[in-house]
Parts: sequence; C-alpha cells; structure tokens
Amino acid sequence: MTTPPAGTLLAEPQAGVNVDHLVCRECARTYGVSAQHVCGFCFGPLEAAYDYERIAATVSREEIAAGPESIWRYAALLPEVGGGRVDIGAGWTQLREAPRLAAELGLRKVWLKSDAANPTHSFKDRVVSVALSAARAFGFEVAACASTGNLANAVAAHAAATGLRSVVFIPASLEPAKIAATSVYGGTVVAIDGSYDDVNRICAELAGDRDWAFVNMNLRPYYAEGSKTLAFEIAEQLGWRTPDAVVVPIASGSLLTKVAKGFRELHKVGLLDEQPSVAINGGQAEGCSPVAAAFAAGERDVRPVKPATIAKSLAIGNPADGPYALDEVRGSGGAIATVPESEVADGIRLLARTEGVFTETAGGVTVSALERLVREGTISPDDETVVLITGIGLKTLDALGDPAPTITSAPSTDQVEQLLEEVLS
Amino acid sequence: MSVTVKIPTQLRSLTSEAAEVPARGATVADLIGDLEESYPGIAERLLAGPGELRRFVNLYLDGEDVRFLSGLGTEVPAGATVAIIPAVAGG
Repeated sequence: MTTPPAGTLLAEPQAGVNVDHLVCRECARTYGVSAQHVCGFCFGPLEAAYDYERIAATVSREEIAAGPESIWRYAALLPEVGGGRVDIGAGWTQLREAPRLAAELGLRKVWLKSDAANPTHSFKDRVVSVALSAARAFGFEVAACASTGNLANAVAAHAAATGLRSVVFIPASLEPAKIAATSVYGGTVVAIDGSYDDVNRICAELAGDRDWAFVNMNLRPYYAEGSKTLAFEIAEQLGWRTPDAVVVPIASGSLLTKVAKGFRELHKVGLLDEQPSVAINGGQAEGCSPVAAAFAAGERDVRPVKPATIAKSLAIGNPADGPYALDEVRGSGGAIATVPESEVADGIRLLARTEGVFTETAGGVTVSALERLVREGTISPDDETVVLITGIGLKTLDALGDPAPTITSAPSTDQVEQLLEEVLS
Repeated sequence: MSVTVKIPTQLRSLTSEAAEVPARGATVADLIGDLEESYPGIAERLLAGPGELRRFVNLYLDGEDVRFLSGLGTEVPAGATVAIIPAVAGG
C-alpha cells in the first residue's frame, strides 16, 4: 500500500464500505480509500476496486427492486465511503421504446435511456451524487469541478442541497443557459477565457494544492463509477437482460467506459445469468473527434485536438479515458461514428420529430451517430439498440438557430385561415 | 536559460516537497535531463522510453501542451514556465 501524498484527506475505515481500495489501471499499484485519482508512480488513473465475491453473496434482484428510486438502488456496486448519501433523486430514469425513430431508421427495436429527467437534466447528476457522497465522508467543505456545463449544473445543485460550498470552473464560451443553470444555486462560477482543456489544466493544478473536492479530479475514482448506473438501469428495466447494442456520446470517454464496465459487473455478481454481449458504440462531433479519429486510424493512443464544435458538452480535445473507450468499443465489436457539425441539429430534430424528446447537442450527436452506424452496417436492423440521451435540449437552444414560427399573422381570423390554407395544403 | 518547472504533488517526494524548481535546457528533453541530474528518478516517472512522454503525463510550456508544439523537441525560451500536470482529469 502506497502512502497518499500529504494533504490528502483519508476516510476512516468503516463497516459497510464496499470499496476495498483504489488500483492503478496502468501499473496495478494499490492505494487506500482516499481522495486521489492519479497513480503516484506512473500517473495512470486510479479506479475503485471491489470484492465481487462478497458482493455476489449478498446482492439480489429483489433487494434492488425494493431499494430507492435513484442510483442508490445499486449501492452494492457503487464506491460508497460511508457517512451518508447525497441523494436528490439522480437516476432511475425512463427507458422508453422509440418505435417511430426505429421505423425511420429501419431498425426492429430502439430504446431511449432518457437522462433529461434527472434533477439538473443530464446524466451528470449520477456521477455527482456518488462524488459528493464521498466528499462528505472525506470531510470536504467545498465541492469543485472543471465542466463543459452539465457537470457545473449538477455540482452546484447537489452542493446547495447538501450545504457544501461550490466553486465550478467553465469555459467562458459556454451556452448562457448552462451558466444561468449553475449560478442560480448560489455557488461561485469561474469562467476561463479558453477551452475546456485549459479549464481542466488549471483545475488539475489547483486540485493538487487545495483541500477541495474536485469531483472529476481528486474524487474521480468515485465520481466516474456513477456512470455504471446507466448500464445497471438498462439491464434491470429490460427485465435483467442486456441489449445487442448501445450508442453513447464520447467526451472524455469515461461514460462509455463505465457503461461497458457496468454490464460486466452485473454478470460478475450474479445479477445477469449470461455473460453480456453488448456492442458498445460511440459518437463524436467532427469538430472535436479525437477518439473517433484514433478509432478510424486503428490507433490506441489519442492525439489531442483543439475543439471547435457546436456540441460543447462533448468539447474535450484531450480525453483522459480515450484509450480505454477505444478498447471497449473494439473489444465489443462496436464502432465510433464521426458526425458532421451540420448533422448535430439534424439529430436533435429527428429525435424530437419522431419521439417527442428534445435533447441537447450531445444527444443530437448520439442520434446522428446511430443513423450513421445503421447506414454503415455496424448496427444491423435486428439489433435491439439502446441510445443514451444524456441531456435536455433547453440548455442548448442556440444550436437550433433563430426560432421562427411557421406562420406569423395579424390578429385576424381570416388571415390566419388563409395562411393555414397555404401552409397545410 | 533558466526556466521554472512546476512539480505536481505526485513528484514532490523527489524535490523535497518543492512545488517549483529551477532547471536549464534548450529543449524540453534537455530540461528533463537537467531535472534528472538534480532529482534522480524523475525522468523515469515522466518518460515511457527514450524520447517519449508517458501517456498520462502532460507538459505545458507557458500554458500550451507541448504535444501541440514539437513535443520533447520543443525549444524552451529563457524565463518560461513548464508545468508537469497529470493528464487524468476531467470528463
């Protein structure tokens, strides 16, 4: 066991804690349950490690079904440190069939996993609920993050509901709705005149010297595990089975990696009877597609890029989990689609028009990626496919251009009738 | 050609806990060589092999990722600041 660096808050070991230790994904060195995310030797990412045999002996479908209607129904497979949960209702969102989208794309069965219904309307509430629960257990008083927007919303809201202070860092170019939906919670919002990668670099430096809970820095091993709950819910909502394929948007690659891990874990602890065989597919917008480019080139290393995309929540040019996302996609027989910038809004409109679901730009990328993967034959018509809709469209209205009514009329019934005749005939 | 090198917490056991140290070198590679002389063991932590940064190590020259410049061959102007920062972050 390596000693964590000075300044790291340590959890008291306690009963009921189900994360055993942290382990480096690259060199397998182990660390105690603490607030750190980087291997002290090789700089590789630290991950939560569990005793699956112990979990398998106690976990059951019945116990989960009787649990809370939030991500915490899967507490057995989350890195709970102890000291109470921060639960404002993240997770247990709807998995709904999308027959009209399926018909439009020539697919037998498509499901939408719709995370717009989370407390701050994106999947980030899942990861923040886990991270701030750990933050409280470790004794932190300030919650912080580097964010492309949705995470800032989630951190500020969960911190407010928990009585923690929040300091969130964002690129200054973020959509106004995402800034408003952060500052309303009363925390400190720091806008950096640069890209997300600049924000990330600055936070990585600050995190080294401040006793703050940076959810996606020093609490990253806990935070990232929250994304597994998307896989858990999909399997449970399908009646404890897995789909043939999923389509996941890629920013850092963490979400995709953890969804794949989540399906595997369910089998490891006996909640799924069979070894899951899910094709893990990804999508990136062309203006920031370093992982898609590495996939297309057959490379494992991801070359960083300078993002220039309308899908700001996916605008990470130097994705930390890119190599692992590539491994998951290749190992499962999936693919990563590059979506031209002009098709991001098309994806938003297609989903809205066919299913009545208004997603943000990341969802537009995902829907357009699905369309491409079907066209290219990666997803075949018979594949039962789940599409992750990770956020709500109201935060990214800019992507749709100026809203123009179909008809603008004088307050005259005659004129309205005449114009309707022209439009509807 | 002295420059300032910012040391992350993970490497401070090698620098007697110093968060910033001075170093010399015409290029980033030379700089790492100079750091290795002052703080033996540091090069192994930064490099995966000769001429290759570890995948999870980022080096920034005055705020710019050297991977966008000329990598380890990037020339380092006098008075610059080079920051060593773990790549695993964010998302």
